[in-house]
Amino acid sequence: MGLTIAEKILAQHAGLDSVRPGELVNVRVDMVLGNDITAPLAIHEFRKIGLDKVFDRDRIALVPDHFTPNKDIKSAEQCRELREFAREQQITYYFEIGRMGIEHVLLPEMGLALPGEIIIGADSHTCTYGALGALATGVGSTDMAAAMALGEAWFKVPETLKFIFQGKLHPWVSGKDLILYVIGKIGVDGALDRSMEFCGPVIEALSIDSRLAMCNMAIEAGAMCGMIAPDDIALAYVASRAKRPFAPVWPDEDAEYERTIVFDAAAIEPQVAFPHLPENTRGISEVGEVRLDQVVIGSCTNGRMEDLRLAAGLLRGKKVHRDVRLIIIPGSQQIYRQAMHEGLFDIFLEAEAVISTPTCGPCLGGHMGILADGERALATTNRNFVGRMGHPGSEVYLSNPAVAAASAVTGKISAPWEVL
Amino acid sequence: MEGNVHKFGDNVDTDVIIPARYLNTSDPAELARHVMEDADPAFLQKVRLGDLIVAQKNFGCGSSREHAPLAIKAAGISAVIAHSFARIFYRNAINIGLPILESPEAAEKIAPGDRVRVDLAAGRIDNLTSGEQYQATPFTPFMQDLVEKGGLIPYVRWRLRSDAGNRKPDTENSDR
Repeated sequence: MGLTIAEKILAQHAGLDSVRPGELVNVRVDMVLGNDITAPLAIHEFRKIGLDKVFDRDRIALVPDHFTPNKDIKSAEQCRELREFAREQQITYYFEIGRMGIEHVLLPEMGLALPGEIIIGADSHTCTYGALGALATGVGSTDMAAAMALGEAWFKVPETLKFIFQGKLHPWVSGKDLILYVIGKIGVDGALDRSMEFCGPVIEALSIDSRLAMCNMAIEAGAMCGMIAPDDIALAYVASRAKRPFAPVWPDEDAEYERTIVFDAAAIEPQVAFPHLPENTRGISEVGEVRLDQVVIGSCTNGRMEDLRLAAGLLRGKKVHRDVRLIIIPGSQQIYRQAMHEGLFDIFLEAEAVISTPTCGPCLGGHMGILADGERALATTNRNFVGRMGHPGSEVYLSNPAVAAASAVTGKISAPWEVL
Repeated sequence: MEGNVHKFGDNVDTDVIIPARYLNTSDPAELARHVMEDADPAFLQKVRLGDLIVAQKNFGCGSSREHAPLAIKAAGISAVIAHSFARIFYRNAINIGLPILESPEAAEKIAPGDRVRVDLAAGRIDNLTSGEQYQATPFTPFMQDLVEKGGLIPYVRWRLRSDAGNRKPDTENSDR
């Protein structure tokens, strides 16, 4: 019997010919990731193990991105712990301010997340790298500590759900809308503990940035990972970036899936998730009048070049609505620079948006755009839980960057074509 | 373990368990001061040492922050019972030694304020208020081993001591 992509990668990394869903396996990991919130705790736990050295200094990435540039003294102390550990252990991939990005934007860009690999990160959105055919999944700090010591992690082999997207994608519909649509259909625990495999002609035509946005939110359906089998587009993306040799893995023709769900892309319009769960989705035509105080374009979901270009295309020659604060956050230093070179910053500044240094910042209510009681934001981020962007009495709506840009202009949640 | 029950609904996310605005520290005692405050600002005042949280589906969804089970544990909660747990929260709780039990029946039938006793090894939940008894989904042998060793770090220390070659902790079929 054949294997799904997740099963095959797990089997290979466990030194087995085959695995079955439900089986526990101990696997070799290719990369271990942590950030300024989760890594300090992992470092404390690593110290308790009593080892002097991490398993491999080339296979650990430390990215201070959540509360950076340091938002307060306590955050500065946490970042210092990260920095000192990186120096002590001579961690190759420590990314300081000025050389960094939001971790899940940065790692693919740096060629540190590759097809066929297993990557674990002490951040739930580590599942992003499934877009490149890596089995990537979020873990906690103690799992990160154990992996820094052993270079291994234990997993239960997941069942796989297969999502096939047929038909033709509407203009203004992106990977973000596809994943919001799926979560709206199956719910925030609809893929609990599962691997989600996305395929079909629509996925094959999707850009890397859109694929990354899609797999980024697999966790919002409760999944272990979201995966797209590597094709020419993915292999071309990684070819010039890869920092180490890799071996792509594809699902077998006769792989067994727990369920296969087929969607017609032509039925999917731009999606908006209403408070306070990503599953509360509506098509843009069903949104009604939702006035906004703030719009955020950025994050590990939608802070990439495609996202900024889309936003700029709609903001060109327009002004942000007088009641709205528009915050644009390029996902990495490289993207920041590229956007500047392409003239996108002129468009954003002319529209009276602010442009932030790469940071997770407002997405998790950290800094750089916190909401007051009763305020309402539309964000291209991934979560709209109670209090996610600030006061527990505030509201977050989720959308793609085109809807976000158009809405910043009109002052209420709007379709992109309303501002053309 | 025995205590009174604080009850919550579906999809209690880790942002509600411990909001990110308090994640500039990893000190459990400091985190515990804000546990569940966005769901119930008076939660901490109501908790007595040994009390339990009972919740519905997908408890601990969202962020991977281990600060969430740490904050619950440091607040004096002895165990969390839920219809189901989100994947990363489940791992984290086992890894740090916060007792958790999956029991749809207990999640449905236990009422707020009920007094409950838990036998973790047997997976048995006694509702002392109603006299009912519920069974939790048993841990797999590997999970049980982790729990008995006191969490993942003691397990890793044991691994490093005991064997260098054995790459498989266990092979089994299970629900978890």
